[in-house]
Amino acid sequence: MKWIQRQKYFLDFTLSSLLRRKGKLLSLLAVYTLIVFLIGSVMLFAGAIRKTAVDVLTDGPEMTVQRIIAGRHDFIPLDYIESVQTIRGVRSVRPRLWGYHFHPTSGANYTLMAAPDFEYGPDQVIVGAGVMRSWSGIAKDRLYLVGFDGRAHLLKIIETLDSGIDMAAADLILMAESTFREITGVPEGYATDLAVEIRNPRECATIAEKVVRLFPETRPILKSEILRTYAAVFDWRSGYVVVLLAGSVLAFFIFAWDRAVGLSAEERREIGVLRAVGWGVSDILILKWWEGGVISLTAFFLGMIGAYLHVFWASAPLFAHALKGWAVLYPELHLFPNPDPYQIGALFFLTALPYGFVTLIPAWKAAVTDPVSVMR
Amino acid sequence: MAFVLQKSDAWLLFLAGCIILLALVANGYPVIHKMDHQRHILNSRRLVGRLGLTDLCLFTEARYTRHRSQTDLHAPFQDHPLSLPHFPSESHVCPPVHLKTVSRHEVDSTAKILP
Repeated sequence: MKWIQRQKYFLDFTLSSLLRRKGKLLSLLAVYTLIVFLIGSVMLFAGAIRKTAVDVLTDGPEMTVQRIIAGRHDFIPLDYIESVQTIRGVRSVRPRLWGYHFHPTSGANYTLMAAPDFEYGPDQVIVGAGVMRSWSGIAKDRLYLVGFDGRAHLLKIIETLDSGIDMAAADLILMAESTFREITGVPEGYATDLAVEIRNPRECATIAEKVVRLFPETRPILKSEILRTYAAVFDWRSGYVVVLLAGSVLAFFIFAWDRAVGLSAEERREIGVLRAVGWGVSDILILKWWEGGVISLTAFFLGMIGAYLHVFWASAPLFAHALKGWAVLYPELHLFPNPDPYQIGALFFLTALPYGFVTLIPAWKAAVTDPVSVMR
Repeated sequence: MAFVLQKSDAWLLFLAGCIILLALVANGYPVIHKMDHQRHILNSRRLVGRLGLTDLCLFTEARYTRHRSQTDLHAPFQDHPLSLPHFPSESHVCPPVHLKTVSRHEVDSTAKILP
């Protein structure tokens, strides 16, 4: 109890001392909170997107087989299906018909896809919620598309996909196979690529080798590789995050350096007075440790609260421009927290602790100096 | 004797308030939106399974950013000369993993094929 009471006296004294320099304290807190907010927002945002990618794409095909001709993606003959199907361990092979459509009026890219079991007619489509938002000149429930041969196609929108699944389907225009071929010009007997289902996912690499052996011009892409690709989205090595983190870390170091190189005349005089009235060096260090602790803990918690509100409650508006880029079509983000105590702990140790320690060095230097010379 | 709130008590109360608020904003969202989120994930997974989708619709600027996993090393250069840093979203994500490990599927041509 005595120890707790003693620490509370130190804390009282620290807070009184900090409140005497309100302007400095507030500016320090604002910068510190902003740094924690920025780093925390990136961390939470990237974690949520990675988690969504794993959750959503986990039911995707185990392997996609593309055909590469002269270094470029080419349509794959449907005859390949039979040969790939004969490889031991392959459960099923199905062709995927998909492509892009650039709509000049809205300036957006859309993904056209032939749905395997499309239950509607040849002039009917199902569209993602993003299509409805971005397709300018959309007339009631009709889409007007110009096909590969210049012919116009008027398609009736039968269904709009829920905006809750925008992360998977915002730009999709689903149609019958015949309609897809008519619009895009993909000839009969060819598909964009093949989706291969494999009985035992551990055999994927072996089956991929066999596919390449059978058809050397193909390139198998495994689901595990796709998931790893998305695990690196907003990775710290990607440009945007590097710039953001570098800026924040640099600001933090300038700010910590400013504290480490020395104390203000007022702070030095305060230490001198305390030494003169009988405070020991250890008491001064405890006082300064509390000062660092008060500032860093307050900034850390305020920054993290702001980061959570920004990313999840407000759908990360500060990052919207980064995701959008020049794109017209932008998915509605429904991010869900993916709490990672390790990351939050790392953020705490990288931001709160170093600041606490850098305040100790100049305080110790002032405390061990003769009080009379410090006060002068 | 009147109770006087000392500065240390006030700060400790403020800190406790911050911790409670952080716990609320961090856990409140999942609690409120859990059902919606599960429904969205389930619907997305169904669609992904049905259509065999491979990518998230995050960046629709260019074909190689829309279907990140399906792209190749040439794709960024095909839109126009010097188009490597053309679209902002190119800087957010690393190249697909398989582009770095493409030789993994290249096999010994003398090995026997077992169908």
